Amino acid sequence: MFEIRIHSRGGQGGVTAARLLALAAIHDGKYATAAPFYGAERRGAPIVSFVRIDDRPIRIYSQIKKPDMVIVLDASVMDVVDVLQGLKTGGRVLVNSAHPREFKGFTSGHVDLTGIALKENLVVAGSPILNTPVIGALAKQGIVSVDSAKKAIREMFSDERNVKAAETAYEEMSA
Amino acid sequence: MKKISTGNKAVAEAVKQIVPAVVAAYPITPQTEIVEQIAEFVSSGELKSRYIAVESEHSAMAACIGASITGVRTFTATSSHGLLYMHEMTNWAAGARLPIVMANVNRSLGPGWNIWAEHTDALQERDTGWLQVYVSTVQEAYDATIMAFRIAEHNDVLLPVMVNLDGFLLSHIMQPLDTVDVGDFVPPIQLPHAIDVKNPTGYGGLTGPDQQFKFRWDIERSIRDSVKVIEATEKEFAKRFGRKYGFTEDYQCADADVIIVAMGTLGKEAEVAVDLLRKEGIKAGSMRLRWLRPFPKLDLKGKQVVVIDRDYSFGRGGILATEIMAQTKEDVFSVIAGLGGQEVTYEDVAGFVRKRRMGEEFWFGVNNNV
Repeated sequence: MFEIRIHSRGGQGGVTAARLLALAAIHDGKYATAAPFYGAERRGAPIVSFVRIDDRPIRIYSQIKKPDMVIVLDASVMDVVDVLQGLKTGGRVLVNSAHPREFKGFTSGHVDLTGIALKENLVVAGSPILNTPVIGALAKQGIVSVDSAKKAIREMFSDERNVKAAETAYEEMSA
Repeated sequence: MKKISTGNKAVAEAVKQIVPAVVAAYPITPQTEIVEQIAEFVSSGELKSRYIAVESEHSAMAACIGASITGVRTFTATSSHGLLYMHEMTNWAAGARLPIVMANVNRSLGPGWNIWAEHTDALQERDTGWLQVYVSTVQEAYDATIMAFRIAEHNDVLLPVMVNLDGFLLSHIMQPLDTVDVGDFVPPIQLPHAIDVKNPTGYGGLTGPDQQFKFRWDIERSIRDSVKVIEATEKEFAKRFGRKYGFTEDYQCADADVIIVAMGTLGKEAEVAVDLLRKEGIKAGSMRLRWLRPFPKLDLKGKQVVVIDRDYSFGRGGILATEIMAQTKEDVFSVIAGLGGQEVTYEDVAGFVRKRRMGEEFWFGVNNNV
């Protein structure tokens, strides 16, 4: 089982990113669950959502304590939340950032999701859309296939710019 | 078709397939998404139901009762305090023998104000005459809702059915969902006592001491008869759609020394605990109770039983544990865990089994208690 924890702020689309990722994994023929952690979240507050991907049906409903990967959609969350908590030794960290980020003992990666969204003019209510480009970045990392990523995005969004953003993130993301 | 869905949306999808004539509902967290989605289906024309937006849950059930007595199919959904507010009317629905189907998203009761999973809400409706099923996956929420209509409306049953799913843990999780073409799996509703303006009759009038007990017995007789209807419905569902369900979902029970009994998502997570315990040499099994009413005959002979209750009856004990102790002579270790959404992992469940103290009660997370 591959377990991912996504850190974001309320309104940034972390939950939708989890849903897209799980849907893409299902299209890959795998089993997946996506679960938001529901606390007293509101717009702007740090939130987490979880994705589990496995070859067999998933029977776990409790929160992910030891993720294989952590995704940070908003780097400013790292000032208030220990995003590395419980991350497995050698686990992956993917941060939405224009600059490289180094996390000792973990496999670090970065991609400028905000820049990509702004370039495609993917902005809703003043916020850049991060959840479609991040799926492209994750496809590059081999978490889901490119075809399934695009299929999932097209099923959930009619605007083709979302696919374009995912493709750009795929190109810009280090493997 | 393979898609991804929340538990709530899966229930709404099932309702769309079944096409009730009337849906009367009031939103409440974490159930709101069900009635929102149904309202959207109705407003887009995808679902040809009459949607009645009422001012309270009491009215929601009253409207379902009024519609159902005319002989049409009805649906509603609620949770927690909404369910409690319906309580007078839920008794009426069962007493009037109306096959209303309701989804209840299990949520704790206030105070404190808590919106997270607990089964005490539905268990306070235990003695109303409703049939109750508890589900553990998004797919099962969909499948059980479809089957609920066929069971409720069966001529040998004619009682309301409540489909229970854990708040947030299941209502808001996203999992794969295979929707089916229901076809004639749920036949058209035929209510034998439907009111008819051309043939006026009276219902619910004064019923004296020489009659009332007969109506009560008639409910019990039908609940007993519902066992066969449930079995036949689940068998036919498996034949047509390939997914098998029963009164319980048993995992590694045959050769087990100790069996974990739980309902809802905890019953599913317990299977992972069983895998963990088996690796340590503890012969554990999991029996996830699906139907609470009618309460099935559980095969627990010769086993130690660890019951996990996400509920409580103050002054008595875990409701599920109490029911099981009334039925079996086997030793029971009663665990109270997950109240108000308390986080319980498969590792915690394995811990309950490792440290079991037969004949005792244990409150998870309460220091040195009980």
